[in-house]
Amino acid sequence: MKSYEEILAELINLIRPMVPNANELSPDMELVDNLGLDSMKVMNLLQEIEDQFDVSIPLNVLPDVRTVGDLAHKIHQILERE
Amino acid sequence: MNLFDKFKPLLAARAELSDIGVDPFNVKVEKILSPTEAIVNGHRVILAGTNNYLGLTFHPECIAAAENALREQGCGTTGSRMANGNYADHLALEREFAEFYDKPFAMVFSTGYLANLAILSTVPGADDVILIDSDSHASIYDGCRMSSAEVIRFRHNDVDDLAKRLRRLKDRASRTLIVVEGIYSMLGDVAPLKEMAAVKQEFGACLMVDEAHSLGVLGETGRGVAQAENVEDQVDFIVGTFSKSLGSIGGYCVSHHPELEILRYAARPYIFTASSSPSLIASTRVALRLLQEGSGLREKLWNNAHRFYEGLKKLGCQLGPRVSPVIPIMLGESRQESIAIWHDLLQNGAYVNLVMPPASPDTRCMLRCSMSAAHSPEQLDALLEIFARVLSARGMENRVS
Repeated sequence: MKSYEEILAELINLIRPMVPNANELSPDMELVDNLGLDSMKVMNLLQEIEDQFDVSIPLNVLPDVRTVGDLAHKIHQILERE
Repeated sequence: MNLFDKFKPLLAARAELSDIGVDPFNVKVEKILSPTEAIVNGHRVILAGTNNYLGLTFHPECIAAAENALREQGCGTTGSRMANGNYADHLALEREFAEFYDKPFAMVFSTGYLANLAILSTVPGADDVILIDSDSHASIYDGCRMSSAEVIRFRHNDVDDLAKRLRRLKDRASRTLIVVEGIYSMLGDVAPLKEMAAVKQEFGACLMVDEAHSLGVLGETGRGVAQAENVEDQVDFIVGTFSKSLGSIGGYCVSHHPELEILRYAARPYIFTASSSPSLIASTRVALRLLQEGSGLREKLWNNAHRFYEGLKKLGCQLGPRVSPVIPIMLGESRQESIAIWHDLLQNGAYVNLVMPPASPDTRCMLRCSMSAAHSPEQLDALLEIFARVLSARGMENRVS
């Protein structure tokens, strides 16, 4: 079972190519407001995350996800539940 | 921050259209002349961007039935199916849908959108799962938002991804409703339903198919993709609309599950809206009969689809993955250039739908063309001639491929 920190590190590696102009990525950065990901990019990112971590992320959790850290927490929770 | 700040990006996008002087998303149909012709924004055009697959909107028998119902039963019912709006003809249409599909249970809704909201918001509840194709129509996404079930997407038309996600659900796979469409409205591609039905059986899940764009188009008697793939027995809910092949407005669901009937007491999108007007129900009943008798109409539709698809291919257009009555032409990423092409087509006498991200499947814009059984060969040739002229004037001929 991966730790939150491991998940966060992998997540940042997945997001980095999508935001070439961003500086160092941190957990408190907002996916939409700080990183400028539009809804399509977020959905594409989710598919990549699902493959990488072998999980399905329910759409219902998305309203609670604003930051990179929120997303890492959700993935951690889902993996824990499984 | 105020209540309206969130609209700023949308207002900016609209202002961009207004700067160009053309708004493809707010056209005015000044006069509808026939199923295939209209005056749009001052131009007389051939309609190749509707959902009038069988061309029944002006059928004399449909119009006569609607006129008759209008005179005998009035303009509207002023009430819900649950209260005073449940007329004998609504029930007759439900019986006719059940007979048409050879299923014991059928429900009619005021729109196709509401049919999806009703099933998805009511059948899967808390602790259940809805597994939807990622290219699903907005009515499916909105139904999911109204449901307390967990909602998971799988990759468009990807049977392996569907199976993978069911496997991850473990015990919960048997409490899962898989939702797919027959023909997808943007690319005209079709769900691989035989394989999907097999996966559904393997995991003990339920399957719902939205045949909105495939009713009257696919299957031996026009029942849709489930009939074409010979898997109707394995589909738990078939949903559809009257607003495409049947040429009116409304929605339906048929099922072999007796629980469908209880939705009349539980589904809010059925209960808390007025029932369809008598004239709509009357014309739909006739259209459903014509659809059943109409293998000739389906043949004509498919001949037109092949003729138009081949014609566009010769022009060098990049088209969808297969011949279908919905024919997408992929354009570039430039919105401005795509709007200009769409506008040129309109000015030259062809109306098609312009689709831009995020409504298009990727970052490119596209033109959505749709065929009707009512298009004549001469109209299709005229459309192809307009496309050739516009695309070559824009330097697009043989470049869009």
